[in-house]
Amino acid sequence: MRNTIVSKENLSEDVCSFIVEHPEIASHYEPGQFVIVRVHEKGERIPLTIVDADPEKGTIRLVVQGVGLTSKLMNQMKAGERLIDLLGPLGRPFHFPADAKKGLFVGGGLGIAPLYPKVKHFEGERHVILGAKDASHLILQKEMKAASFRLTLCTDDGSLGEKGLVTHAMQCLFDSGKSFDFCVAIGPLVMMKAVVEANKALGLPTFVSLNPIMVDGTGMCGGCRFDYDGEVKFACVDGPVFDGFKVNFKDLLTRSRQYEKQECRALEHYREKQSKKESL
Amino acid sequence: MPGFRALPGKAIKKGVFVSPGRITPRMRPAKERICDFKEVSLGYTEEEAVAEASRCLLCGACVKGCPVGIDIPGFIKAIQEKDFKRGYQIIKKHNLLPAICGRVCPQEAQCEAVCILGKKGDPINIGALERFLADHHADESIPRINENGHKAAIVGSGPGGLTAAFELRRAGFQVTVYEALHELGGVLKYGIPGFRLPDDVVDREIETLKKMGVEFLTSFLIGKTLTIDELLQNNDAVLIATGAGLPGYLGIPGENGIGVLLANELLTRVNLMKAYDFPRYDTPVISGKKIVVIGGGNVAMDTARVSRRMGADVVICYRREEKDMPARLEERLHAKEEGIDFQVLTNPVEILLNDEGRVRGMTLERMKITGVADDGRSRIASTKETFEIETDVVVEAIGQSPNKIIRENVEGLEFDKKGRIVVDENLKTTKDNVWAAGDIVSGAATVILAMGEAKEAARAIVEKFGG
Repeated sequence: MRNTIVSKENLSEDVCSFIVEHPEIASHYEPGQFVIVRVHEKGERIPLTIVDADPEKGTIRLVVQGVGLTSKLMNQMKAGERLIDLLGPLGRPFHFPADAKKGLFVGGGLGIAPLYPKVKHFEGERHVILGAKDASHLILQKEMKAASFRLTLCTDDGSLGEKGLVTHAMQCLFDSGKSFDFCVAIGPLVMMKAVVEANKALGLPTFVSLNPIMVDGTGMCGGCRFDYDGEVKFACVDGPVFDGFKVNFKDLLTRSRQYEKQECRALEHYREKQSKKESL
Repeated sequence: MPGFRALPGKAIKKGVFVSPGRITPRMRPAKERICDFKEVSLGYTEEEAVAEASRCLLCGACVKGCPVGIDIPGFIKAIQEKDFKRGYQIIKKHNLLPAICGRVCPQEAQCEAVCILGKKGDPINIGALERFLADHHADESIPRINENGHKAAIVGSGPGGLTAAFELRRAGFQVTVYEALHELGGVLKYGIPGFRLPDDVVDREIETLKKMGVEFLTSFLIGKTLTIDELLQNNDAVLIATGAGLPGYLGIPGENGIGVLLANELLTRVNLMKAYDFPRYDTPVISGKKIVVIGGGNVAMDTARVSRRMGADVVICYRREEKDMPARLEERLHAKEEGIDFQVLTNPVEILLNDEGRVRGMTLERMKITGVADDGRSRIASTKETFEIETDVVVEAIGQSPNKIIRENVEGLEFDKKGRIVVDENLKTTKDNVWAAGDIVSGAATVILAMGEAKEAARAIVEKFGG
């Protein structure tokens, strides 16, 4: 049955991987696309990148980090339960530049999950750099290792791989004389901004995948709009993958803070409700 | 558009207003209604409905003004005779959604505009009578259906999609309606607020369709989840009724700041996601002490009145004069009663942001009237004089164009420069067995026009495949 969670795996303390049944999404999916999910009757709509799809089994894979209310609620769901709504595949598929032979893939934190399908679908030489705050947050290591030609891991605290930021690991690669035809960077906005700035200096074409606040995900509300080289773009229907050199990160950073207060309030409300339940 | 002189009238008894004879339904007082999202108009009592119907001369002029051709004198005569069940049946023959149309149709520009009584006095309040029958005398019976063995897919569950579903199912088609959002009703749910059109009124009409055997699939975005070509493999006919769905924006500095919303976002968050009840519902919406709404259409009025109910002081800025606003007179009057300030002949120039990127105010320019345009509205020009106002939130309600998802994911469909689907006089598109109706064909218009077109398209489909 559509929207049923077929299986669930905990990737880390707050990151879960779900296999969800939806034959139509699975058969129409192309890398780069995403879904909108709602988890309960009074729930909000949030976008999640499709990490993988199995058209034969009619399933898709989603990886969720519990940061906001909805993602936390989703991570409490179990195999056999159903997402109340699942819409997709949304957004434009991502295509690699023609004739590209060597690709640099940079993923940070939860950006590692949406990066995975891009790595997997590239047919040339795949160099992958992954970063997270510590070893437990560096997800999908096994899959990435299998999919990459060369894999570099780094963590903020040095608990796994090199200690430091992904941009440092990139610099080491460049310094060793490596060159690439393009770069795909997915992660927090500040990380993508830093990667784009480093690559701009080298003239290395860089693609980023954006995940701004959305409501409908079909181009109707305009909530995910941002400045793209002086033009207004909607991440949901014009993206989510964009030319990083044209993305106005300052604009996106501002817009990502729109609902900060309300997001905290929603979590507080949820905790209050939970503690009331527990005290009963 | 002929003048509409019915409101406000003189009180004949507490709460009931008439102006030369016309009875206006009772409204909840503005003070009370800005505190909730419950319906503003209370509708007619039986006594009021019969009194209003009795003014009617039954000349039938009004029928020409109705986009779906309802036998208006027929149902009014039934009200005069207090045969309300018959009255309801007469409407239902032509219109599946009377409870909706009675509330949101611009009757003053359609049936009531050609009412013969309107020439010397005030036209019959046809909308309120229609609503009265639909609210109090609807019967649950469904038409007898003789299956014709054909299948039809309808894309979109707004007013156009629902109307076509009714017509095609009644003709014997097996009908499936695909809706991208998680709720059925399209603009009736996400766009029009509950105080104008309560959700349960829409749900009731959809329930009838379900009982008739129409199948509905939500969270199905045609063009993405399934393509038009895939629908054609399993259906004899496809009707596209996806509406407008791509908001316009001003293109002025500061537009991406925190606190600038397009009307669709605000309305979707509040109406569809119930953000007014946050955090009981998970979806929040940006609010502020003061909100400026840009625009003069029904969407601008809805946005302003929703914001008022969220507790804000609201200003509507419109670049022409109030008489030029596309919004219905009734909506304008209700907005004013609710304390919304109309700043006409003002044009936005820039949205002013603070250091954090939050809205702190706006710069507007004053406009002047330079003549009359061909469409009868004022022709305007800038006076070059600008002024600033303080505000926390700016909402742009300046129109919509067709959504591009179908356009980008289909072959063989022709679109015009504005992104609308090109159709012939029977609403048939350039693609075999595909028809289109509503805003996707005509641009952003009204609920009833979408319904009228959907009816035409359904008729063409029935003609081709047999009913």
